[in-house]
Amino acid sequence: MNNKTPLYSEHVKLGAKICPFAGYDMPIQYPLGVIKEHEWVREHAGLFDVSHMGQAFVKGAAAAAFFSRVTPSSFMKTPHGRAKYTVLTNDKGGIIDDLIITRMNDDTFFVVFNAGRKDVDRAWMQKNLPPAVSFEELANNALIALQGPKAESALQKLLPTANLAAQAYMTILESEWQGVPVLVSRLGYTGEDGFEISIPANYSAAFWNKLLENSDVKPIGLAARDSLRLEMGYPLYGHDLTEETNPIEASLSWVMTKGHQGYFGAGVLVPASATEPASKRAGIKLTGQGIAREGAEIFVGAEKIGALTSGGFSPSLKQAIGQGYIASQYANEGQAVEVEVRGKRIAAVVHALSFMPAKTRSSSLKKAS
Amino acid sequence: MSKIIDSLKYTDQHEWIKLDGDIATIGITDHAQGALGDLVFVELPEVGRTVKAHENFAVVESVKAASEVYAPLSGEVIEVNTALSSTPEVINSAPYDAGWICKIRISNKAEVAALMSADAYKDLAA
Repeated sequence: MNNKTPLYSEHVKLGAKICPFAGYDMPIQYPLGVIKEHEWVREHAGLFDVSHMGQAFVKGAAAAAFFSRVTPSSFMKTPHGRAKYTVLTNDKGGIIDDLIITRMNDDTFFVVFNAGRKDVDRAWMQKNLPPAVSFEELANNALIALQGPKAESALQKLLPTANLAAQAYMTILESEWQGVPVLVSRLGYTGEDGFEISIPANYSAAFWNKLLENSDVKPIGLAARDSLRLEMGYPLYGHDLTEETNPIEASLSWVMTKGHQGYFGAGVLVPASATEPASKRAGIKLTGQGIAREGAEIFVGAEKIGALTSGGFSPSLKQAIGQGYIASQYANEGQAVEVEVRGKRIAAVVHALSFMPAKTRSSSLKKAS
Repeated sequence: MSKIIDSLKYTDQHEWIKLDGDIATIGITDHAQGALGDLVFVELPEVGRTVKAHENFAVVESVKAASEVYAPLSGEVIEVNTALSSTPEVINSAPYDAGWICKIRISNKAEVAALMSADAYKDLAA
């Protein structure tokens, strides 16, 4: 028996095709279909139920030090309201999960982590929690993403007192809807401008339906969420990131704060960051006919140089794309490769992880007035 | 409710077969295209290939996944719908017409008896 999010019955009413994902019955697509849903997000605003994800507050004077210990990112100087994408690392530097950590104030952090890693993350964070720091899961909050160029105008209608026009990318603001507190993070997993809204579960269906009254907003399933993130080169945990890969190999070394030491895996990662890893995560664009999926092996001539960890069809480019780990000497944009699909080789080229420019807004924080 | 055409034969793998003498035109059913979602690539069999019944001989790919298509009858592939190479979405919009996949010259007519009637398929796809 799978878990259901607080919005499950809304998905059923909307005619969604429901599939199991990370222990939850989730909408994979709505009657609009994955390609039109994908395009809708790029052109208008898409509404996603991401309530399956883990949400928690971590509170205490040592909370910043705690996150600086369990991730390669320093949170010691992180401004209030700032959200950071980073990874939890184990003592070998392997990636336990990727997640968003937001500093609410001096002592309170809001963390959002992957559904499929909830148990592992919870256990790891609690095990390493310093005394007098609490880990409080928001098990009774839904999480709703609104993504696309019309996201701000659609959300503003529901939150008239929130100054969304002034909200920078990768920041959080606290607002309220019908007297209920909501946390509004300006970020997402699509490459579009957009928000993720944490709202008490018993108000989430009404909030969801209110947003859908706007003709700019349509519900979007997990299939389009996957094709949208793939176009941006964002990794999906369990596929593109695992405990066997570290942030340097994953082309995520930018999450490692310069000069930061003393975190789990620092003894491996800090020295490793001075040299090229044997293989690293890169984009792959197919130039021949066909689609390559996760697991497809990548070749240069007879030499196997890597494999795809994600792959599929890009509705924006009308072309097959993917990402995978390839030997670093070949991980240069434009390198001609071949991917093997059902025993046949398809021509492809190494590409930057991102296949489209992100349309997220500037992340510079405005000075508080 | 997906569309099922009475005059066609079907398989439990959600293919339809239109028989004309010893020529069988093959496609996937409306139910199948609906379940797969937006199709973005079709790998067609080679013309001239000899296939056995139940052999995987084509692949239809949606945004999310690749699905194999099995030959419903033994025979020789005599024609493929090359238009699907550039417009695979036709299978979604017209699965029983412009979305046909290929034609086979049947080598063992006895196999036809094993195909499902429209009524039997209705129960399966319900």
